[in-house]
Parts: sequence; structure tokens; C-alpha cells
Amino acid sequence: MRTRLITTLSASIPFAASAQSQFNLTQGVTEVSNRVYDLHMTIFYICCVIGLVVFGAMFWSIVRHRKSKGRKPSTFHENIQVEIVWTIVPFLILIGMAIPATSTLIAMEDVSESDVTVLVTGSQWKWHYKYFDSDVEYFSLLATRQDQINNKLEKGENYLLEVDRPLVIPTGQKVRFLITSDDVIHSWWVPAFAIKKDANPGFINETWTRVDEPGIYRGQCAELCGKDHGFMPVVVIAKEPAEFEKWLAEQEQQQREAKQREQELLSMEMSKDELMDLGEKIYLGNCAACHQANGQGVPGVFPSLKGTDMVMNDIQGHIDIVVNGKSGTAMQAFANQLSMSELAAVITYERNAWGNDTGDLIQAADINEFMNE
Amino acid sequence: MSYAAGEADHNDHHHHAPSGITRWLFTTNHKDIGSLYLWFSFTMFLVGGAMAMVIRAELFQPGLQLVDPHFFNQMTTVHGLIMVFGAVMPAFTGLANWMIPMMIGAPDMALPRMNNWSFWILPFAFAILLGSLFMEGGGPAFGWTFYAPLSTTYSSDSTALFVFSVHIMGISSIMGAINVIVTIMNMRAPDMTYMKMPLFVWSWFITAFLLIAVMPVLAGAVTMVLTDKYFGTSFFDAAGGGDPVMFQHIFWFFGHPEVYIMILPAFGIVSAIIPAFSRKPLFGYASMVYATGAIAGLSFLVWAHHMFTTGMPVAAELFFMYCTMLISVPTGVKVFNWVATMWRGALSFETPMLFALAFVILFTIGGFSGLMLAITPVDFQYHDTYFVVAHFHYVLVTGAIFSIMAAAYYWLPKWTGHMYNETLGRWHFWLSLISVNVLFFPMHFAGLAGMPRRIPDYSLQFADINQIVSIGGFAFGLTQLLFLYIVIKCVRGGEKAEAKPWDGAEGLEWTVPSPAPYHTFETPPEVK
Repeated sequence: MRTRLITTLSASIPFAASAQSQFNLTQGVTEVSNRVYDLHMTIFYICCVIGLVVFGAMFWSIVRHRKSKGRKPSTFHENIQVEIVWTIVPFLILIGMAIPATSTLIAMEDVSESDVTVLVTGSQWKWHYKYFDSDVEYFSLLATRQDQINNKLEKGENYLLEVDRPLVIPTGQKVRFLITSDDVIHSWWVPAFAIKKDANPGFINETWTRVDEPGIYRGQCAELCGKDHGFMPVVVIAKEPAEFEKWLAEQEQQQREAKQREQELLSMEMSKDELMDLGEKIYLGNCAACHQANGQGVPGVFPSLKGTDMVMNDIQGHIDIVVNGKSGTAMQAFANQLSMSELAAVITYERNAWGNDTGDLIQAADINEFMNE
Repeated sequence: MSYAAGEADHNDHHHHAPSGITRWLFTTNHKDIGSLYLWFSFTMFLVGGAMAMVIRAELFQPGLQLVDPHFFNQMTTVHGLIMVFGAVMPAFTGLANWMIPMMIGAPDMALPRMNNWSFWILPFAFAILLGSLFMEGGGPAFGWTFYAPLSTTYSSDSTALFVFSVHIMGISSIMGAINVIVTIMNMRAPDMTYMKMPLFVWSWFITAFLLIAVMPVLAGAVTMVLTDKYFGTSFFDAAGGGDPVMFQHIFWFFGHPEVYIMILPAFGIVSAIIPAFSRKPLFGYASMVYATGAIAGLSFLVWAHHMFTTGMPVAAELFFMYCTMLISVPTGVKVFNWVATMWRGALSFETPMLFALAFVILFTIGGFSGLMLAITPVDFQYHDTYFVVAHFHYVLVTGAIFSIMAAAYYWLPKWTGHMYNETLGRWHFWLSLISVNVLFFPMHFAGLAGMPRRIPDYSLQFADINQIVSIGGFAFGLTQLLFLYIVIKCVRGGEKAEAKPWDGAEGLEWTVPSPAPYHTFETPPEVK
């Protein structure tokens, strides 16, 4: 009977039943996400049935029991039996809902026996991924161009849901995520995995997934985390285990080479044009969200870099704040996020852009010297 | 119930009410203070509504068009604060001031000078809050829930103003609540026993206890935010031994009873209007009282259902899920009682009844989405999406605010002595009903499909839904100007209202003339 009812309902509400709907929860690609979807639909249908009964009785009254039809009102105002029935019956329905909900929840929270562990760290406004048992770690930033956001360019298919370096995980394996934050609370959400877990500064949360289908899965930060909360998407690529291992080895190799290259660059002088070009790119990608593309910041929230004392005069202070950040503010430490030549370039850029024109050139060697002091 | 002290009412002559502005500044009259609260609330409703219009205009299309994200966050934050503390709560306090003394046969509120003060500090609170928007760095931009550390370390300097304005709002609410409790406990007419009180009085009585219990908790939360930000404490900072999640526990321990503070008086209003226009006594009076008490009690045991994604232990998640689901039992009892009241009555559909019926249906829809949100595993998907936004706007706009509209139409004849224009009232209702659903119903779909809340820009698959929602929003906003016109028109004139303009209405307030004299029940009425 219930099955038939549900079938009828799903036929009458087609949008609610389709999997990839624009109007309904995704079924997702994991066992857990499917169970969550089923739970969602079951409770939705139960609510629909209750709604039909209650609103049906109400509309019956509205249509039939009208004064304009010359009805004389009844005077009954109490019935203990009826009241007991409509207290007990909802209670039983609730128990029926609680049982599958409890078992699904317990399955979701079982983080034991994982195959791969990834540390996910949120900060304003990007995600950082670090693979345990490997040297691979990197930041993942919004890849949508500012011109698309400001309506100067046509918006792409994955507008606001694309990043420069997605997280990569293996299919068929239990992947555990440790989730934390460097500043405010963020929330790491991938609808297709039915995972949403807050990233709390100073604490580590755990969750897990096992993805069966290779593919690209997109999500977003779900907890208000400041100005660019709407601009820190999550993109996860699930690959076959063999491909994943290959990818991971490549990343390790690349990160080793990058470190070597950085050491070599220490002895090289970059020209002003090179520094300014690289610096502008880094600035727009990492700094402009707060300090704005014109360097003027947002008064009272994000300081201006145009013509201010530190930028015009204090080179050491300037390097210090970019490398180490400023605790108690949104200014992050960029030592782990940028290479020495990138740090040098962006500081050079800030000291020469927007009419600052100090003429100061900072080289990677200067940063290295500062960091080794 | 009957009233047998009609003559005693007309001894106004010894009273010389000051006129002009001083009448309103120095008034200790519950009716004047009730009117002040109601006008203040409507003003704030328009101000908060204007901010909602900014939000909906920005979200009309993908991309950033009108405001920058930092200002957008200020709009969502201040919209929430103003609607909760400036529109809904003062409106209910205004109705309490006007109606509770008249419903229990008391001459005034028990503490009239405090009554004056609890109103007159409110405009200052909101002047401070709105003024902070013009500070360098802007006003509060951390959401009305002001989660630490976004509201502490990472907020602008207007946070201090935010904290003090919330303190003033809290003091005002606590004083209002004390006044309601003292009035109801001490000033009922002889023979007005507790179980004879109208449900509006009962629901406000319970609400007042909730207010006294939780407003100090809110005061504690904002004070800790203040000291964390300016005085070096570490309540919510892990580096100093604190915990940012503790903020959420404290906030929601206030926040969840707060939700019921904003809906229990609505239950009372609807329980007065549905019997009146069904011409049939309320079904299950006693069970309505017990259900209200049960909801209030349970409201202290469910706060962490706002926090399922913060990483609580499974046992805690299960406890809060079960308690939250349980709330639907007493809430269901109330809905069933309203439907049973209508059953085999003789219904008519004047504007108050239309708003009350819409309340029952749309609040129940908000209840259904609430039940869905209670289910922890699925809440992980719904949490912080537009599904939640849809849910709480169904219970607060088509719930609380529709009940306030219903109350206004129901008692306007008593307040002004004139009937409002019924045709315009019905236009207001139908335009509101259609636009509010165009506004909030599609939000369910946006949320299920994955649109997070509190974002100034969104990916392209949400473009159509947001455009529809914005159109509904503009229409709903404009429609409320019609309400203003109807009320002003009714205050200024119109068909003369009888003492009891609704033939099915019950209660002492209908035994005094319309408009209600400046002083009523100086001699207590007889209650049967």
C-alpha cells in the first residue's frame, strides 16, 4: 500500500523523483549519499501524506461549512479520544522515521579503517589539501576570473564552481578527511558525497567517503566566513586507484623539483619587468580579494597599500607582514602559500604599483635572508 | 463571559492626558505604549524589508551588479537582526500591551513606568545598530548569528556598537516580559482563573518566561564577544584555551527558545481568530495550553540541531535529533485543534480569517521542512542552504508576520473605532499570499539543488530560480505599502465599528466600546 502510494506521488511530482534534478537533492555517488537521498524522499512523502490529510480536512471545512451556505455551527469543543489518537499516531510515525535515520547516521560517523587520509584546511578564502603519508600539499583557489564576476566577460559553464587545483582522491577506497581552519569557521561541502563538515579553527573534525564512480564533483563553502564566502568552491576529482597513485607520484616529483628550482633562483636576479609581471599575477590571485585591485583596500576593514607608511618606507616590516602575516587579523602568513620568488615579486609589485613608485626591487634572496634571520 | 461595569468606564474626566509629543514620550498608558510598539515595529519592518530588497536585487542575476560582497553581508546581517528584534518581537509586545489588560479585565499593565521605559530605549538600540552601517568598515557583517571568531578577531570596529544595541534590545525585552508576567499573575479580574484566560494571554505568559530565561544568555554571548575582541579574553579562541563551537552552543541555547518566542504569541492570535470566524468554540482549549507549555519546555532541549555539522559526538547528534522530532507532536496537536475548530462551524472569510487560515497552512509547511531538517543525516545536506532560508521564512513570515497581520485586522476596529476597508484588506491578503509563495517556495528547490545561503553571487544553474524569487520579493515588499495605506485610512475614518464587530468573537475586549476608551476596566468586570 505504501509503495503504491509513493509510486503515485512520484508520478504526480516528476521533478521530485529525478536524480539529477535542478530542483531536488542529488542522489550523489556514494552508498551513504544514496541512503541520505532515500531518507530525504521518504520523509518528504510522509510529510506530503500528512499534508494531504490535514489540508484536505481544512479545505473540506472551508468549502462545505460556510456561513454563506446558511450553516448553523456545531458546538462541540472537546473529545479526549480524538486528542489521544492525534498525539499517539504522530509519535509512532516519528519512531518510524527515527529508525532509518539513526542507522544512517551511525554509518556516516564511522571513520575507522580508512585507506587514504587528507587534511583539509580552510582559510579566507581558499582550501588547502595535504595528503598524509606523502609530501604532497597545495592550495586550491577559485579559478573563475574576476571579469566574469563583474559581468565584463561571459560566464563559463562552471562559473564559481571551478578551482585552479582540485582535490584528487581514489575511487573504491575509504578516504578520511581531517578538517580544520586557519582563521574563521568554514564548512567543507560536497553534495555528491553527502559530506558537510565545519572547519573549526584550533580543532579537527573527521569525516569520510568512498566514491565508486570516477568523475568531477563540485561543492562550496557552506559557513559564512567573511567577504568572499561565496567564492571558495570545492572541486574533487575521483580517479581509479592506479591513476591516483600515478598522479600522487607526479605531484611529489613536481613539488621536489619546485623546491630545487627555488633554491637555484635564490642566486638569480629578476628584472623589474619580470618582478612586476609575476607580482601583479600573484597580487590579483592572493591579495586583491581584500586589498582590492587598486590597492586601496576597504576602509576600516582591509588596509590600503597605496602610499601608506609601511609600503613606502619600511621594507623589513613589509616583508615580515607578507611572510608571517599579522596575528589577530585576516592577514595570513604567505610563507607557506607562495615561493620565495613569488613573495619577492608581489612585494616588489606592491611597492611600485598604483603610483607608489618607490623603485625598490626585492629579490628571492632578500626573502631567503629574512627567513633565515 | 460578560461585562457588567460599563458605567465605570466613563470617569475619564479626572485624567488630563498631555497632548502632542509629550503624550507619547511620557505615557504610561498600555494602549498608547501598545500603539508605539506597533508603529515602531512596522517602521522596522519597512527598514528591514528595504534591506531584503537590496539582497534580492543583487541576487536577481548571477554576477556582482549593485553591491560589493562586504556590503551584501551587512545587509543579510542587519536584515535578520532588524526583522527578529525590531519587527516581530516589538509587534508581539505591542499586541500584548494593547490586548492583555483588556483580555483579563485589568485597567493597565502592572508596571506602567517600566512599560514606558522598555519601549523608549528601543529606538536608541536601533539607531545605534543602523548608525553602525555608516562607520568606517561598515556595520556588522557576520550574519545575525554572529559566530565567533568572525564576529571577534575578524570583525570591523562597529562590533562594539552591535554589542551595545543588542544589550539594549535585551533589556527592553526582559522588562517587557516581566511586565507581562506580573500583570497576568496579579491583575486578572476576579474569577478570571488561569484556565479561563484567552489563549493569546496564555501563549504570551509562557513566552514571557522564555524571554526571561534566554535573553540574559544572549547578553552573556555578546559580552563575551566584546571582551574577546577588545579585552584580550579567549572564550572563543582555541589559542587561548577557548572554543569557537562553545559560542554556537551559547548562542543557540538562546536562539532556539527565541524561535518559539516569535511563534507562540502567533499561536495565541490564531486561536482567537479561527473560533471567531468559525462561530464555534476553540476545540481542545486545555490541550492547547498544555501543548504550548510542552513546546516551550522542549525548546530548551533542541538547540544543537542548528549545529549538526560542527562535529558533535554521535550520541549528542542522536539526542538532539530525537528531541527535535518530538516537538512536532505538540505542534501537530495545535494544528489538529485548529482544523477541528473549523470542522462543522459556520465559516466566513473576512481578512483576519484569511490571514489566519494562510497561517495554518503555510506555518505547517514550515513545520514539515522543520521536521525534515531535524533528521541529522539529511540535515548535513540541507544545513546552511536556501532550504533552511525557505524553512525559517515560512515559519517567520507566513507564520509570525501573517499572524500579526491577522491580529491587526482583527483588532483594528477596537483600536480605532472604525472598520478597515474589507475590499482593500482582501487585496492585501491575496497579493501577499501569492507573492510570498513566489518569494519563498522556490527557495526550497534552490537549497536542495545545492545553493548555499549568505552568498552574494551564485553558479549559473540557480539563475532562473533566483530571478523568480526576486520578483516575488519585490511584489511582497510593495504589497506591504498597501497595508500601511489601509491602516492609515482606518485610523483616520471609515465605517463606525460596533463594540463587537465580529459576531463570533469572544472575550472581554469586545465588551468595551470601540474605540476602546483611554482607560478600561477601572472597576473589574464580572467573568462568568
